[in-house]
Amino acid sequence: MQIDMTVNGTAESHDVEARTLLVHYLRDSVGLTGTNVGCDTTSCGACTVLLNGQSVKSCTVLAAQAAGDEITTIEGLASDDGRMHPVQQAFQECHGLQCGFCTPGMVMAITSLLAENPEPTEADVRIGLEGNLCRCTGYHNIVASALAASRVPEMQK
Amino acid sequence: MSILGNRVLRREDPKFLTVGGTYVADLDLPGSVHLTFVRSSMAHATIVSVDTSQAAAMPGVIGVYTNDDLGMANFPTIMGMTNAAMTAPMLASGTVRFVGEPIVAIVAATRESAADAAEWVVVEYEPLTVVIDPVEARKDNDLLFPDAGTNTSFTLDFGGDESLFDDCEVVIELTLANQRVAPCPLEVRSAAGHMTADGRLEFNSSTQAPHGVRDALATFLNLEPGKVHIVTPDVGGGFGAKASVYQEDIVVGWCAQQLGRPVRWTETRSESMLGLGHGRAQVQHVRIGGTREGIVQAYRIEVLQDSGAYPNFGTVLPFMTRVMTSGPYKIPKAECASVSVVTNSTPTVAYRGAGRPEATAAIERIMDLFAREIGMDPAEVRRRNLIGKDDFPYTTPVETVYDVGDYHQALDLALEMAGYEELRAEQARRRAAGDVRQLGIGLSCYVEITNGLPDGEFGAVEVRADGKVIVRTGTSPHGQGHVTAWSMLVAEQLGVPMEDIEVIHGDTDIVPRGAGTMGSRSLQIGGAAVNQAAVDVVEKAKDLAADLFEADRGDVVLDKASGSFHVVGSPAVSHSWADLARAAVAKDGNPLFAEVDLASPGPTFPFGTHVSVVEVDTETGKVTLLRHIAVDDAGRIINPLLAEGQVHGGIAQGVAQALLEEVVYDLDGNPLTSTFADYSFISAAELPSYETRFTETPTPVNALGAKGIGESGTIGSTPAVHNAVCDAVAHLGVRHVDMPTTPIRVWNAINEAASGNQNGKERR
Repeated sequence: MQIDMTVNGTAESHDVEARTLLVHYLRDSVGLTGTNVGCDTTSCGACTVLLNGQSVKSCTVLAAQAAGDEITTIEGLASDDGRMHPVQQAFQECHGLQCGFCTPGMVMAITSLLAENPEPTEADVRIGLEGNLCRCTGYHNIVASALAASRVPEMQK
Repeated sequence: MSILGNRVLRREDPKFLTVGGTYVADLDLPGSVHLTFVRSSMAHATIVSVDTSQAAAMPGVIGVYTNDDLGMANFPTIMGMTNAAMTAPMLASGTVRFVGEPIVAIVAATRESAADAAEWVVVEYEPLTVVIDPVEARKDNDLLFPDAGTNTSFTLDFGGDESLFDDCEVVIELTLANQRVAPCPLEVRSAAGHMTADGRLEFNSSTQAPHGVRDALATFLNLEPGKVHIVTPDVGGGFGAKASVYQEDIVVGWCAQQLGRPVRWTETRSESMLGLGHGRAQVQHVRIGGTREGIVQAYRIEVLQDSGAYPNFGTVLPFMTRVMTSGPYKIPKAECASVSVVTNSTPTVAYRGAGRPEATAAIERIMDLFAREIGMDPAEVRRRNLIGKDDFPYTTPVETVYDVGDYHQALDLALEMAGYEELRAEQARRRAAGDVRQLGIGLSCYVEITNGLPDGEFGAVEVRADGKVIVRTGTSPHGQGHVTAWSMLVAEQLGVPMEDIEVIHGDTDIVPRGAGTMGSRSLQIGGAAVNQAAVDVVEKAKDLAADLFEADRGDVVLDKASGSFHVVGSPAVSHSWADLARAAVAKDGNPLFAEVDLASPGPTFPFGTHVSVVEVDTETGKVTLLRHIAVDDAGRIINPLLAEGQVHGGIAQGVAQALLEEVVYDLDGNPLTSTFADYSFISAAELPSYETRFTETPTPVNALGAKGIGESGTIGSTPAVHNAVCDAVAHLGVRHVDMPTTPIRVWNAINEAASGNQNGKERR
């Protein structure tokens, strides 16, 4: 079936099997491999993207369900001039990533979390990230990254 | 001013943060076909028949293969030390020995068509008796390998001194489980291969040891090592489990060889939980003896190691447990003996710490029980037994030689950071008040061994005519930040900006040799090799500069601030690195470079003290980790930001073992924790921010003064958290709760104690 959606501001139209998951649409049809698959039970959050601005686990959304919607992936978060988004910037400054596999999902989840709750406590961040797993960082610097990003003036608009 | 010791941000990050890493599954391989495996659903059975005819007829299927088709030898024994009758075939042959063992390989046009075809393979099994408990396995009533005549795969038996505890006033024993856990790198195993027109196998692997993969493929596929080219793209974590080469990797290579087109394989998470090796899996019996003044005089640990179905690295890890038998303590008499047995479960491999967390967990748990028995504070008992800073190099009763340390300083600092006295006062208050939420304070003093294997490492530095510097390393980072750290080392020696330095790893054509990244070895041997190569390049450059200046070589100086050479006293006339690189080529056609194969100068022994503070809800058994304080000493720190990152990640994995994580099988060998929905992978919500500090006691073993830091967090944290949980409920009569200290276990322990049963009693 033909599925149209907007991915990172670009109109996409691809013919896929009805059973195609959004994450495979993004990776295989659109060719954006920044979004990773870490499990098969909607547990790890590595595949988190924004669907109309809200975080979703793209392994648990059919591509067909996102037809006509706007998707933002890690590749679409920096500004057009290449300047990193405050959450991306905070991850670099706080050493919020090691192997990088969970990172795109973490960054998207935090972007969504901060949009909902611009001034989170540490506990808010930890509970908000319960569905995003990381094996490298012990979460310490991921949480620090989220809190640092929340303090950037640009994020408090 | 030196760049070393600074919190330099990672050069690796921008790519990961803006477009994501490039892992094996992300590689664009035109014309590639997909491999999938049919895996055993039985833990132990004879394969009566395998019918692949229907699968072969499915749309898109290109090939269906069993072990007979491969015609390859079994995997060899581990380092020649394990039982020779217990080796693993590439695909199950005749017998399956664990759920998840690969039986059939299917290659198809797409991932989906391969998965669909796998459903149509019919395997007929004749069940055999399942052996899942290592204690039962050791009795040899039912054998996994009848030809071996035993389930024992490896033994270490030293001493057995019956008089070990004769002079001790107090002797205590404990049997404890160091449970099986799953390493869970976020990226599962993945590989891809294709043959080039000139008969070379190009192979991508998610591995910690590219050269090991190269050599294994060459051996099994009958290719010269030079005919195998490994390119390791970004790797999404390994934690020891990706240091091993797996059957699946070899089968990918074989299929690529047969089919003449790119073959790729990425397992699912559910497959990974069964196929990627597991960690830990020891049952330990420990005995400690000493005086009522708190002096430990004797210690013995007997290890029963669960190897899983086929002996892999897990089988020989008791060797690493034995090396660290007596921990950081000055115990006059100490022994370790071990027996490794096969069971119908996933093979065990190295997992972050690999034998040392097990040693630390055992001695730290029984140190607490010893303290309790003699009525002394556990911190004080430890203080009285720690090896003194003037005792180094210190030879332990098992003949391990510790390089250097100040163990008391780490203990004192951790207690101070924790506010130990105040914590004990708060604990006493809650106990007196009978609070529902009781406070537990746990300590762990540890010492561990890093770079414990004899391998050396390759490092090379080349300066190009444009002044750019190319660094090649045999280590294979997968999150550790070697590009940044090695750049810092070279920038420090050469005086060039980090952005002019490129670090290459993981490509076996460009990096000819390498042992890879595991065992916390990378900085102290791989970084040291790169550092030495940089030093050698500076020396070569000085020779060239002396010629250009027509000056005495001894008068040539490198001004590291400007990255240029001049004659002493005449800084106005200088030559840049680019000048000298051109001069080198002009002289004899060779670039300005140095290669080093640094022989291992031997292991180092990082150490530290962790203090953990937990709250236990005595009505539900739920444990909440409130604080975790870690003082670690890894010698000289090159980049504190990276070193802290290693500690953080290690702590989380260690806490996970103490509180949550466990691979569970039922008695029929069915895995009950084979997805992330079932396995209690620790999340941010279960953890606090950590309070970490380093002390720096440089090792004399290498030029950098550095010890390993990759595994200390895991080794130090687990016993601290475990002891804290047991401490929280000790006053209720609970002696010991095995890990993971889940709510049901803690709740049961409290209730059993209340009804007069003694937990932690002998059960073997």
